[in-house]
Amino acid sequence: MRLLISDLTHRYDDLTVLDGIDLVLNEGEVLAVIGPSGCGKSTLLGIAGGIVAPSAGRVAVDGPLPDGCLNPITYVFQDFALLPWRSVEENVALVLAHHPLPAADRRARVEEGLRRMGLWEFRQALPKQLSGGMRQRVGIARALAVRPAILLLDEPLSALDAQTRELLMDDFLDLWRRERTTALYVTHNLDEALRLADRVVVLSRRPGRVREIVTIEEPRDRRLDPAAQAHLAEVRARLWHLMKAEAQMADREIARA
Amino acid sequence: MPDPTNAPTNAPAAANIQGNPQPVRFRGGGFNPRRHPWAALAAFALLVALWEGASRVGLASPLFLPPPSAVGRALAGMIADGSLWLNLKASLLRIGVGWSLGTLGGLTVGLLMGVASVARAVGVPLVSAFFPIPKIALLPLFILWFGIGEASKFATIGFGVFFPTVIATYSAIDSVPRNLIRMAQSFGLPWGAILRNILLPGALPGILAGFRITASIALILVVAAEMIGAEYGIGAFVLMAGNLMQTDTLLAGVLVMSALGLTIGALLSLLERRLLVWR
Repeated sequence: MRLLISDLTHRYDDLTVLDGIDLVLNEGEVLAVIGPSGCGKSTLLGIAGGIVAPSAGRVAVDGPLPDGCLNPITYVFQDFALLPWRSVEENVALVLAHHPLPAADRRARVEEGLRRMGLWEFRQALPKQLSGGMRQRVGIARALAVRPAILLLDEPLSALDAQTRELLMDDFLDLWRRERTTALYVTHNLDEALRLADRVVVLSRRPGRVREIVTIEEPRDRRLDPAAQAHLAEVRARLWHLMKAEAQMADREIARA
Repeated sequence: MPDPTNAPTNAPAAANIQGNPQPVRFRGGGFNPRRHPWAALAAFALLVALWEGASRVGLASPLFLPPPSAVGRALAGMIADGSLWLNLKASLLRIGVGWSLGTLGGLTVGLLMGVASVARAVGVPLVSAFFPIPKIALLPLFILWFGIGEASKFATIGFGVFFPTVIATYSAIDSVPRNLIRMAQSFGLPWGAILRNILLPGALPGILAGFRITASIALILVVAAEMIGAEYGIGAFVLMAGNLMQTDTLLAGVLVMSALGLTIGALLSLLERRLLVWR
């Protein structure tokens, strides 16, 4: 399934945060969106996911749904968005409860998601009993339980420490290797974008506009190979060059505000 | 000659210390409250002993401040002649019915104000206008409306409990993190499922905190209402003891009220521990 974003503009009262965004997220592609603070990355994701109404423009999907898909466009949240009063298992089961599924199918989806993320042993635990990385894995297991066509990831690793980030990036790579899930991945971290994305969209400071779209040629599986490092360093330098001045100006604007 | 790169890294550190090293002074004490359960009991026992001693040596008049032993005897007498249960039963019934009515109404209206903008637009000014009225001042009006019997007391307590419950409920719903609601919406959960699975459990801590406040209000109002017009009840009992200058019986009644307040508080704590184990 493809995600088509055309001429998207969004304003909060008089403040324009996104201006004329055109993007196509192709099937099986991981598209990272980077940009300075306040450029509208999360708003873009909210609009793509249908939980923020755009001021103008259009978001559409195109193509067949995968087998067993219950929620074509599915979020993974920066702050995990787990219900603290529900166990790990109940958090995952929550998003299936309103679908007319046989009980066995529902249980199987919960178990599959939790086993895939290595959480089956912790299914009875409450979120407060888990580390940050495990909580985000619950968020991913919950997303996988509905077998999404498109995953929207809103800075999913930004609340985690460096080691946990590495481990979860491996989990994402494994997921995309097996599922080929289409994903729109918002981050402020260049290294995450370089490691995970097929293409990187650089947004300007507010109002966010597409400054450039950079394609990363190296296959994801080989990006840690020494041979790929030189080229990735060049891409990183280019991305940083595109972002640096915008980030500095955005920083000053925030300080002035 | 030993290879310097293989030398142990920690051992020379102590050996290299020269001069007169001073230990780093600990500066991190205090500002860290600790539990001292015996201190409270000891302070309480000391207070009772001082009070008893002051009465016995004649520093306090037994007519105006009877000693704890006399209060204890009066309490034992109330238990023995059945007057404690008779009065306590009447007060508990009034608190139970009045609090339940006020809470039920308050939860319903608070929930509506929490989820519906129109209900909030209508409700907030009304609640703001009615909430500050001292509810006991309305008892004469309720007596005119509902008579001198139980209904006017239920109404006074219910009215007093209603507004704080409304405020606690809609504030608790406001405090449920919006990201949880957005999460549920992003997975397509219907409105009723969001209410049941997210809003109500998320608001529960605030609602239970409100119960703690409304239980105290109900206790105050039942005593006040019973003092104005009741045959039985702890408030009526205390008032009658005061009129008869039976200060030991009066203080025994006050002791019962205090125990009632503590019991209600303990029950609410138990409820919180059971229902909010996830916090």
